[in-house]
Amino acid sequence: MDTPVIRVEKLSKMYRIGAKEQQPQTRAGAFKRAAISPIAYLRSTLRPPREEEIFWALQDISFEVKHGEVVGIIGRNGAGKSTLLKILSRITEPTSGRAVINGRVGSLLEVGTGFHPELTGRENIFLNGAIMGMKRNEIQRKFDEIVDFSGVEKFIDTPVKRYSSGMYVRLAFAVAAHLEPDILIIDEVLAVGDTEFQKKCLGKMGDVAKKGRTVLFVSHNMAAIENLCRRAVVLDKGLIRFTGTQIAAISEYQRIFSANQASLKDRTDRKGSGEVRVVGIELRDAEGHTIDSVVCGQDFDIVFHFEASAGFRSNRVVASFIVKTQWDVPVFLHHNRMSGTEFGELPSQGAFVCRIHKTPLTPSPYRIGYSIIIGNDYLDSISDAAELNIIAGDFFKSGEVPPSSHGFCLVQGSWSMES
Amino acid sequence: MDTKIAENHETIIESSRGLPCLGLADVWEYRDLLFFLLWREIKGRYRQMALGPLWMLVAPLGQMIIYSVLLGVLARLPSEGVPYALFTYAGLLPWQFFANTTRQTADSLVNQQAIIAKVYFPRLIIPLVSVLSGLVDFLASLVVLAILMLFFRVAPAWTFVALPFFLILATMLGLGIGLWLACLNVKFRDTAIGLGFALEALRFLTPVVYASSLIPERWQTLYHLNPLTPVIEGFRWALLGVGPMPNWTAAWAVLVALLVLISGAFYFRHTERTIVDIL
Repeated sequence: MDTPVIRVEKLSKMYRIGAKEQQPQTRAGAFKRAAISPIAYLRSTLRPPREEEIFWALQDISFEVKHGEVVGIIGRNGAGKSTLLKILSRITEPTSGRAVINGRVGSLLEVGTGFHPELTGRENIFLNGAIMGMKRNEIQRKFDEIVDFSGVEKFIDTPVKRYSSGMYVRLAFAVAAHLEPDILIIDEVLAVGDTEFQKKCLGKMGDVAKKGRTVLFVSHNMAAIENLCRRAVVLDKGLIRFTGTQIAAISEYQRIFSANQASLKDRTDRKGSGEVRVVGIELRDAEGHTIDSVVCGQDFDIVFHFEASAGFRSNRVVASFIVKTQWDVPVFLHHNRMSGTEFGELPSQGAFVCRIHKTPLTPSPYRIGYSIIIGNDYLDSISDAAELNIIAGDFFKSGEVPPSSHGFCLVQGSWSMES
Repeated sequence: MDTKIAENHETIIESSRGLPCLGLADVWEYRDLLFFLLWREIKGRYRQMALGPLWMLVAPLGQMIIYSVLLGVLARLPSEGVPYALFTYAGLLPWQFFANTTRQTADSLVNQQAIIAKVYFPRLIIPLVSVLSGLVDFLASLVVLAILMLFFRVAPAWTFVALPFFLILATMLGLGIGLWLACLNVKFRDTAIGLGFALEALRFLTPVVYASSLIPERWQTLYHLNPLTPVIEGFRWALLGVGPMPNWTAAWAVLVALLVLISGAFYFRHTERTIVDIL
């Protein structure tokens, strides 16, 4: 069948964002502002938004998805992917334009929506299933299959607050995996659970696609996009940059991504002589694909693309970088002397590459600063050069993912009992 | 959201303009969800409590005892010839139902934002769940009333048959006001706090713990413009057969309730379209 099941026509979505407030200079000014703030708040919400308060999350998006297609949606954080999914799953309305959808839509923007910690696994399966649009008898029919898929049979009558986070996610995903809508909309939900379970989920998604269902799939995982999708849409700053085969889309995405990195070239807040300049920072997975987020426990490369000036000669260059939290607390620093590496004579263009093994950081955004040094002198340095976004992954191979509130580093340990 | 679902499940998603339709057919389509959310609400509420669902009975009893001692024993307020405890309980019963329904409905959207932000379903389900869970509490406290009546040896009056009418009236008022406030609460969280004060004041502007005959003659008409006055008096009349039988005041209350409920429902549907963006 060649009829489009999803037809998106000139879809736009505007958000209103708060305008910058002026900080009062005097105590009297601060007092006055506190006194009039209720009125100011009312006025700011009731009047139509000013130009600078408007943010277009999507602008004139048009595309079609045909019956049985699996289409990937890729783009950086803030490109408009989530907004698009929210509109297509009817969670919010577009500002203008429209989408016509033929068939029952099931959307998976999160697993375990509406789980109640006090209720048992059994009760939550019914609750969560109903929330995602399943009928009671449909859930009853698939109940055993869901429990089987989740692998938590033993605890099915235990309140889910006693579950480990791994068990919780498995159960939640098991329900989601048994949704059988005509069109499935999936946000980045595969970055949870252990690797084994992730494979199971990807397999299940592949099955869904084979059964002739239409799937819209958002992911940062380029390998998953490449394997599951035939076509992909690249979003950037609310606009469609590319629509085509998934292979072409991925390379287009990487091209746009490195173009965004180019802004590093124009940074003026540098220290150092500038004889060697870092012009771009790139993150790559072990297969060499550009990534914009790193999963905890994953091996990845931080690549510092540099340019050296024509007359520059030295074989004593040290490349160093520091990873800091959002609050500027240093987490770790690494440089090539630590690993005993010498770069030798630098080419005029090249890259310093540092492989990080089994990323030992908890999920959170981090900042990367770098310095290129020779002896005691800086050649180039930017203290806040790029973002390193870490997302949840199975570091311990146990399904447990500690949040960053429990500390920023993950340490391999082992426990035993002595008596 | 302006959505048309045809035979072949075609859904058109676009920015809706003008007066929204209520989409009650859509709500019916999602009745299983309504059931499970209600079940979650009730079951989740009393988990890991020693008394558990018994709280449904203990809470109104406690209030009754406080008011009986304070106003019945110490202030010796008149109580239309029935024991004061019974008199005030018959007023507290519908009052608690109305106040809880309004409060829970007003809080419902904000409390359920985690679900609202991630899944589509007719949003009207959320306030409906609040109202239904209030009804469950009400039925439980009705059992306590039966026990109290046995204890005081007061026989139910034939007027009992009018109870559903006043129950529906209280539901309409609670839901209607709650719908308005739920939407306002999404934009201005001040609403929930303000509502607490307003309900506290309204409790004493309504003959909940005293008889309306205490109000001076020249204020009576004004006093009865409060649509809750006939609701509370009606309950008492229906349950115990005492006090004035609501007359024009009940008709007035029905009118107000209809207005509030219908306007509330439309306002809710209007706000629902972009609720996720402001939550």
